[in-house]
Amino acid sequence: MAPALAWLTALMVVPCALVLALAFFRRGIYGGIEYTFTLENFGQVLDPLYAGIFLNSARIAGAATLIAVIIGYAAAYAIAAAPRRLQPVFLFFAVLPFWSNYLIRTYAWIVLLNREGLVTQLLRWMGYTGEPPSMLYTEGAVIAGLVYNYLPFVILACYAPLSRLNPELAEASRDLGASALTTFRRVILPLTVPGIAAGAVFVFVLSIGNFVTPALLGGGRFQMIGNLVYDQFLTANDWPFGAALAMALIAIMLAVLMAQALLADRAAGRAKEAEGGADG
Amino acid sequence: MTSSPARTLGLRTILVLVFAFLYIPIAVLVALSFNAGGLPTAWSGFSLKWYASLAGNAAILQAALNTLIVALVSTAIATLLGTLLAIGIEMRRQYGKGLEALIFAPMIIPDIVLAIALLSFFSLLDVTMGLHTIVLAHVVFNLAFVCSVVRARLKSFDWSIVEASADLGASALTTFRRVTLPVILPAVVAGALLAFTLSVDEFIIAFFTAGAGRASTTLPMQIYSMIRFGITPEINALATIVMAVSITALTLSQRLNRGVIGQ
Repeated sequence: MAPALAWLTALMVVPCALVLALAFFRRGIYGGIEYTFTLENFGQVLDPLYAGIFLNSARIAGAATLIAVIIGYAAAYAIAAAPRRLQPVFLFFAVLPFWSNYLIRTYAWIVLLNREGLVTQLLRWMGYTGEPPSMLYTEGAVIAGLVYNYLPFVILACYAPLSRLNPELAEASRDLGASALTTFRRVILPLTVPGIAAGAVFVFVLSIGNFVTPALLGGGRFQMIGNLVYDQFLTANDWPFGAALAMALIAIMLAVLMAQALLADRAAGRAKEAEGGADG
Repeated sequence: MTSSPARTLGLRTILVLVFAFLYIPIAVLVALSFNAGGLPTAWSGFSLKWYASLAGNAAILQAALNTLIVALVSTAIATLLGTLLAIGIEMRRQYGKGLEALIFAPMIIPDIVLAIALLSFFSLLDVTMGLHTIVLAHVVFNLAFVCSVVRARLKSFDWSIVEASADLGASALTTFRRVTLPVILPAVVAGALLAFTLSVDEFIIAFFTAGAGRASTTLPMQIYSMIRFGITPEINALATIVMAVSITALTLSQRLNRGVIGQ
């Protein structure tokens, strides 16, 4: 145990603590770090210019999360409703793309959305004759890339509670006269909230700190927090500010995770009530 | 669940659409890697020439070799440490929440944060960066994955056979080699394959801990720069090979250790 823990301490805990410490120092005149305590970096994070990038990241990550949850939930629902023996197969193939290289999956979208890519050719084939639409290097492309990359995890997270649902609950709801939609909204949906929340948090957290997808599919035109951190460390050489940005990113992440934990607790309580009701 | 024909049709349509969404981008990429034409998007006949030109590209071969070295060394270290860690944790159950958090943290911390943390750390200590620093960094997150796969297996492990072995006079090492290891071996191999794949595919942390110069460029770094600075059909061929390797390793890992990865 000891060597593994030593490894994690030396190469994770200490470096992360170092970044936290960096955030409280000043940037040296010639780059580098001047070791005087300051809160300036955190002030700079709140500067409208950078706060705007935070909001923009949250918006893009939020849109990707919403779309991924809708598609992922529908897919998980369909898989959970498939014959039992097919479910593991469907699930395996739903997750398989997730285990191939992130860059390659993102690059596949460049190929698709390219001016002469498959999407344009499809439009031509359907009778479109105008200029190729500009799809690459747009916010939509960034969102599509994020949804594509993280969708498998949403499917997995939503499938878990859906496959465990007691079918008698839905039957009971129908027997009591509820329509399919009401049953879904009042019975199935509330019981699967923990899965949705887990999937949503995963997409949101990974999207908001992402820098590869905005850099490749956004053509560098859509700055997100990840790109900003990247720039501060590798281009601007302002490590203290970059560190403060990274801390802000972690803070957002922790807030989202805590909200999810609260939600999961409440949903677990409700699920217990519902199960109790069904048994009794 | 009761099913009406309309509902069944609806559910099937969803599945077809979602799988199309997941696989069309990959299928197009793979198909274009066999495209004779120089254009990365228009089809003009079957050819293996992009695979041949990969074989003659010194930069890519160097990157592939670097990736292999990093993945093999970091997997070996992470498998050893991660397995010992998993056994240690499962044997004494009185570990706290803090330990749990420490082990899972690398799976949760955003890559970019861990990457800049390691970059700051290495430059503060004046460590020359290269393949060795990438290995050090990769072990951090590989450890977490190996440990969790092995732990899942140990949950159903019957510790009384370890006691029996000790009672019969076997040393701790003999017990581990002859009793514990054979039982958990599939999980250890599954964990190693997972670590290997993650390491082959990892980009952000390697990018920040590689230091300057081509000597320590890994395949994902090579792919990133190829995508950013001019698309050539070679990327399609390279992407196809990398995907095939990852997917084979993970399918094997999944088979050895049913379900654990998905959880």
